[in-house]
Amino acid sequence: MDQIFVNLKDWLVALFPAGRQQELVSALISVAALIGTFAGLFALTTVLERKGLGRIQNRYGPNRVGPYGILQPMADGLKALTKEDVVPRSADQVVHFLAPLVLVAPVFLALAVVPMGRNMAAVDFDAGILFFFAVGAATELSVFMAGWSSRNKYSLLGAMRAIAQMISYEVPLILSSLAVIMIAGSLSAVTIVEKQAGYSGLIPHWFVLTPWGFAGFILFMIAAAAESNRSPFDLPEGESEIIAGYYIEYSGFKFALFFLGEYIGLFAASGLAITLFLGGWNAPFPFLTWIPSYVWFFGKLLALIAVFIWVRGTLPRLRMDQLMNFAWKFMLPMALINLLTAGVWHFTPPGLARWIICALLVFGPYVALGRTLFESKKLAKRTYSYAE
Amino acid sequence: MENFFFYFFAALTLIFAFLVIANPFSNNPVTSAMFLVLTIASLAGLFVLLHAYFLAAVQVLVYAGAVMVLFLFVIMLLDLKAEEERHIRAFGLGAGLISVGAIVSIFLISLLKAPLLSNPAPIVHGDTLALGKLLFNQYSLPFEIVSVLLLVAMIGVVLLSKKELK
Amino acid sequence: MTIGLNHYLVVSIMLFCVGLFGVIVRRNLLVIYMGLELMLNAANLALVAFSRFNDNLDGQVFVFFIITVAAAEVAVGLALIVALYRKRQTVHAEDLTTLRL
Repeated sequence: MDQIFVNLKDWLVALFPAGRQQELVSALISVAALIGTFAGLFALTTVLERKGLGRIQNRYGPNRVGPYGILQPMADGLKALTKEDVVPRSADQVVHFLAPLVLVAPVFLALAVVPMGRNMAAVDFDAGILFFFAVGAATELSVFMAGWSSRNKYSLLGAMRAIAQMISYEVPLILSSLAVIMIAGSLSAVTIVEKQAGYSGLIPHWFVLTPWGFAGFILFMIAAAAESNRSPFDLPEGESEIIAGYYIEYSGFKFALFFLGEYIGLFAASGLAITLFLGGWNAPFPFLTWIPSYVWFFGKLLALIAVFIWVRGTLPRLRMDQLMNFAWKFMLPMALINLLTAGVWHFTPPGLARWIICALLVFGPYVALGRTLFESKKLAKRTYSYAE
Repeated sequence: MENFFFYFFAALTLIFAFLVIANPFSNNPVTSAMFLVLTIASLAGLFVLLHAYFLAAVQVLVYAGAVMVLFLFVIMLLDLKAEEERHIRAFGLGAGLISVGAIVSIFLISLLKAPLLSNPAPIVHGDTLALGKLLFNQYSLPFEIVSVLLLVAMIGVVLLSKKELK
Repeated sequence: MTIGLNHYLVVSIMLFCVGLFGVIVRRNLLVIYMGLELMLNAANLALVAFSRFNDNLDGQVFVFFIITVAAAEVAVGLALIVALYRKRQTVHAEDLTTLRL
């Protein structure tokens, strides 16, 4: 049961003559499976997100199309396909057309290195995590292309905001995953997952269950939310300020592609978070290992997406200067301290002392930094003046 | 197969590189910058053919991710509207052709004199690991110096981009 | 015919020449910078090819350093261009004829 998809693929590949042709077919099957799975997951997530947000905001959410509104993505897709595709006359036609494609292609490429189950990584090579970040960098280009080619001041402002934000949060994103890479001693996603297999008693050897791993996981999730322009970091597309940001001039199917790219980027970042910190496809308890590995991976993925939806429904949007201050004054120092802690963890002998030292190393700076930043703002106590 | 990929990526690299410097479609530096991204990407393909996976990823990460975004940001910041048609002067063209010709002739002479090496070497296993070991043992001093260089560059850039220099 | 070191070197020298040509002929400072990047990348390609065909990783280490230095160089250079643009409102090499600010 665990290897059913791997066996299916092997069987399909074996139908073709050996050699180059088999390699090609194997690659094509992997790609088709990736695109199919994640496009389906995207459709599911949009409706789940709208329903979840609706519940948080005390309303129903979509409930007209199909039972419980579950067919809403189909209606949305049809609408996007039949809508008129408007291109501004002064826009740079070619760049305007290419921008959504440049966004969607790399995020699917990034998914290729994430192992989704035992023997279920599309590609596994010894610079996998680096490859993930390298293709992730291409999304910045697409944001720029979209914002610049539209010849609209709002889209340009949105693009500048988005790029500034993505560059700033890329640093803590990479630094927080660097701690894991350092401990695991490998850049290959498959090896990192294998390092997290095994249990001490009931507790799995996941990296999130160590002081540095926990701090790294939190940092990674915050940075991932900012990287994929999710709320509360969605001010590149802040509706109240710059309408829709860099994709303001997009309509119809190109807009849908931007939407798709953003969600797949979120899936890819969540998938990497699972790979790095949450033990990949490993089961959380030793007596649950009979459940297939891919079920665990996608379960964890859905759980992380639920967290993102919850955060989106809960937190208000940040201001631009708050966003930058948070990235450079808090995230970056904490990521560096976390890296140091991971080094200390590696070189101290196992035991309770290691836990206390590392927990103090992470928690002390966190409190000190938080206090300093908070006090430097000179916040006065809010006063209310009531009408007489 | 490998031959095909070599010619494919090499041709792409050269075509895109040419489009960076002489673009028939538009005179805007943004288009040049985008073709530079494509050049870098196809060059990364050549690196993969040479089994330098780590460097291919670093190349894309640093160039396409950081350097090009910097370029585009600057172009966006400068707001180059007055990018009118500037005809290329004959002197510049002549100087360019002469210098290129000189370099090509130097290269050809040395290539013809040297013994031909065309046997593919055995695959270097554990590429990233071996590179890291080399980087942090034998080349640890240059590595540290490069990190200091990056710091110096960062401070310099912050100073340069202050509104008023004192 | 198998692809050997010479093939890569030819590609490298052609890329270098394209970059050099751009640096000499184009007058826009930003495009000149891109030409410089092309030349650096040509050197990178040659070094990686040497490293592969001599079965020696030193060339790749060198490329790593080149990429780092190029990143620093681009940052400083672009900051200079921005500072220059603030003073002169131009990025054309022809318009920059005096040595003082």
